[in-house]
Amino acid sequence: MILDAFVQLGEMLVVLLFSPLLVGYVRKLKALLVGRRGPPMLQPYRDLLKLLRKDVVLAESASWLFRVAPYLIFACTWVAAALVPTFATGLLFSYAADMIAIVALLGSARFMLALAGLDVGTSFGGIGSSREMMIASLAEPAMLMVVFTVALLAGSTQLSSIAAFMQGPGVGLRVSLAMALVALVIVAIAENGRIPVDNPATHLELTMVHEAMILEYSGRHLAMIELASHLKLLLYVSVIGCVFAPWGLAVSGQGLAAYLTGLGVYAAKLAAAGSLLAVFETAIAKMRVFRYSDFLGAALMLGILATLLLFVSRIAA
Amino acid sequence: MALAALLWCASALLASAVAAPLLARHRAASAFVYGISLCVSATGLVLSAAALLSPASLGATLVLPVGLPWLGAHFRLDALAAFFLVVINLGGAAASLYALGYGRHEEAPGRVLPFYPAFLAGMNLVLLAADAFTFLFSWEFMSLSSWALVMAHHRRPGNATAGYLYLLMASFGTLALLLAFGLLAGASGGYEFQAIRQAPPSSAIASVVLVLALIGAGSKAGLVPLHVWLPLAHPAAPTHVSALMSGVMTKVAVYGFVRIVFDLLGSPAWWWGALVPLLGGVTAVLGVLYALLQEDLKRLLAYSTVENIGIIFIGLGLALAFEANEMTGAAALALTAALLHVFNHSLFKSLLFFGAGAVLGATGERNMERLGGLIHRMPRTALAFLVGSAAISALPPFNGFVSEWLTFQAILLSPALPQWLLKFLVPAVGALLALSAALAGACFVKAFGITFLGRPRTPIAREAAETDRWSLAAMLTLAALCLLAGILPGYFIDALAPVVEALTGANLPRQEQLDWLTIVPVAQSRSSYNGLLLFFFIALAAGVGAEVIHRFASRSLRRSAAWDCGFPDPSPSTQYTAGSFSQPIRRVFGSVLFGAREEVRMPPPGDSRPATLEVRLRDVPWDVLYAPTAKAVDFIAGLLNRLQFLTIRGYLTLVFGALVALLMVLTLWQ
Repeated sequence: MILDAFVQLGEMLVVLLFSPLLVGYVRKLKALLVGRRGPPMLQPYRDLLKLLRKDVVLAESASWLFRVAPYLIFACTWVAAALVPTFATGLLFSYAADMIAIVALLGSARFMLALAGLDVGTSFGGIGSSREMMIASLAEPAMLMVVFTVALLAGSTQLSSIAAFMQGPGVGLRVSLAMALVALVIVAIAENGRIPVDNPATHLELTMVHEAMILEYSGRHLAMIELASHLKLLLYVSVIGCVFAPWGLAVSGQGLAAYLTGLGVYAAKLAAAGSLLAVFETAIAKMRVFRYSDFLGAALMLGILATLLLFVSRIAA
Repeated sequence: MALAALLWCASALLASAVAAPLLARHRAASAFVYGISLCVSATGLVLSAAALLSPASLGATLVLPVGLPWLGAHFRLDALAAFFLVVINLGGAAASLYALGYGRHEEAPGRVLPFYPAFLAGMNLVLLAADAFTFLFSWEFMSLSSWALVMAHHRRPGNATAGYLYLLMASFGTLALLLAFGLLAGASGGYEFQAIRQAPPSSAIASVVLVLALIGAGSKAGLVPLHVWLPLAHPAAPTHVSALMSGVMTKVAVYGFVRIVFDLLGSPAWWWGALVPLLGGVTAVLGVLYALLQEDLKRLLAYSTVENIGIIFIGLGLALAFEANEMTGAAALALTAALLHVFNHSLFKSLLFFGAGAVLGATGERNMERLGGLIHRMPRTALAFLVGSAAISALPPFNGFVSEWLTFQAILLSPALPQWLLKFLVPAVGALLALSAALAGACFVKAFGITFLGRPRTPIAREAAETDRWSLAAMLTLAALCLLAGILPGYFIDALAPVVEALTGANLPRQEQLDWLTIVPVAQSRSSYNGLLLFFFIALAAGVGAEVIHRFASRSLRRSAAWDCGFPDPSPSTQYTAGSFSQPIRRVFGSVLFGAREEVRMPPPGDSRPATLEVRLRDVPWDVLYAPTAKAVDFIAGLLNRLQFLTIRGYLTLVFGALVALLMVLTLWQ
């Protein structure tokens, strides 16, 4: 019990502290890949600290919702990220939310963010919110279908149980899982606003989505939202790691060494995922807005197909 | 005891309906009628909640010597009726409280006051009825009194059409129910529910009854394709009545379906479990897509009711599929999910309609394109509407999420179903449910964002004032209940246990003994959810984050013009509008489903005419189903018109011919 509480606390701190590093790592690697030197990997931390110390410049037409939203977005994302097993299972509060609830918590954060984008009443905020919700309307069902696939296999929607099942001998290679993995990666790319759906590096382009919604934010509010988006990237990487590469997760009751190994393996997973993301983003071009529906529709269809295959294959079992 | 008291409540409502026209010219008439409705509904709520929570008091019956002479009027209070009585009396009490403030602006109180308590009484009586005649009589009474309320402002454009269509669809639905009960009663004519229960119909007749019940209850609830009247009629009524119709009367329709199919029909056939969820899934997605394309706030809410009815029918249909295969535990889960969503939807849909009514009262506008920025002028209404929007979008920690989560858990139990069709269908229904949940989020970002956020688009919106205290009290109470039912769902699930037990013979595990008020539908290792902890963590993380930053980093803030990439435009018309917000989704989904076509007409260079953008949408159910039917009815009526101009000889021949034909039929039959 007490150990679980420590693991939970450690988990909360790990996601909070590691997430800017992951973003810094991806940025650095992308810069190196295109032949630039790039900012140091610790730059996201410096950016956050700088933003926290700055004044907030608030638009005259902004309401209380605009000032409350950053904290709620951050809180929802942090809680969701802290409930995903990263380096150890057996979190104290893992029963509070299963995978569906984690997806829905991210939905709450997105809901607030889209509203905040509409609050000041500028055309950029509106374009961002409108497109974000369009992307979400395809990405969220795709994500839920992935959850269905995994949950049907593991017989549980709890991430800890799923991770335990995936480590066990009963899994094997399955077509459904491969489809679910592809769908999950597509959803992760779209939800985090990475290329080819959105470009995290641009700020003045009509195709921007995330950056358009937060255009009016400054100072500590912007820091909270940036941190939340770092956390979200880390969360998706952790979910992919926890479900599809659950090796090295420390299990409740093992010694300190297991936890340290778990942390090491987790860092390696993050580095691997970050490298893949950087290479992928460098190699591909951004997509037109109305091609998103094809891209995400593919994820949704893969998710449905994966679930359907499982439903149908159950008859043999 | 409780049953008699509930019947007294209904008669008190009827009495005030009779008294209302006498008082209508008096200044205090509306306070009187709504005050009585509030007291009576609150009493009904307490009585029915007490009955639901102490199952020993359930099952009382009462026969009154009214109605058909050889039948009498049978009434019974069982768990199912008690649960739905809680829903409608809670909705009725909230609407009456709201109307204490809102009803004062009514321009024609004489057209509203008599029918409002009658409508409430009708809904109460439908739930208490225990024979087919009383049920249908109360059902029709409810339909007609609500029709009168829809027609309260009959001179406004569109309302007369809405009322006509509503009357037509309501009669059609009642006809289907009449036939359904006729088949259930059989040749012997046992119209009491108890008699029907003891002699369940054969499987072929049961299937026909199911289809008739789907038509009858579905047309009242708004199942696609029987929904066309709903988005016209619900918004046409005064807003507190819209809230009752959308939030509560559709639940009475759901009750009718549950009563007939789960209680009276005996054991279901497996294909019912395929038909009903499929209809539900299609209804959910089409309803929310229609809602997304609306600019009228009340019509958006009415279409969103269609969506939620779809979600409820998904749960009911899954329960049928499980029951047909004798998986009672899973059936209990699916039914609990559906009934919990009935309760939840009545809370947040009433709340949202109240919000729309407050906006309507403050600005006189229902069109979102002419609103905006109301959060500054109406902060409390905005807060309540925000809670309702989050709840209906199935976002934790509010209540809408809990019932959708339970539905997902029920879907995850369905691979064990043996039929192939169900194996293909249920995942597809799951995808439709997921899609509708995500689209509902987009829909309510639009509804809240365009109405309350941004800058005011018209002078009326700029000068709006906060609504009255009564309305605020009603909205904030419902908002608090939405949060409460979201963070303590275990108690609400436990309260549903006697209903689910009576209909499926099984139950979910007791929830209230679990640690930390977690809810566990099947087993801890399978899935669990704890809204209270999530709420606590979110509040803690947000609060601590804000406190730490304000204390150690910076708390200074200055106001300035919006940045907007360096080119802020002071004109509010440069904001995103309702139409532009839904444009990407219209392009993605609408081109296939609604045949949406956009046409941009640019004048040639040098021409000073403005460019125009025209969007055309097809209403597919209307074009495919209703327009041809109307045409056919028109055509036949034209043919039959000749019968009006026959000579007396002609009529006599006709009567003689009809008599001979009927006698022939009778002889051949025997």
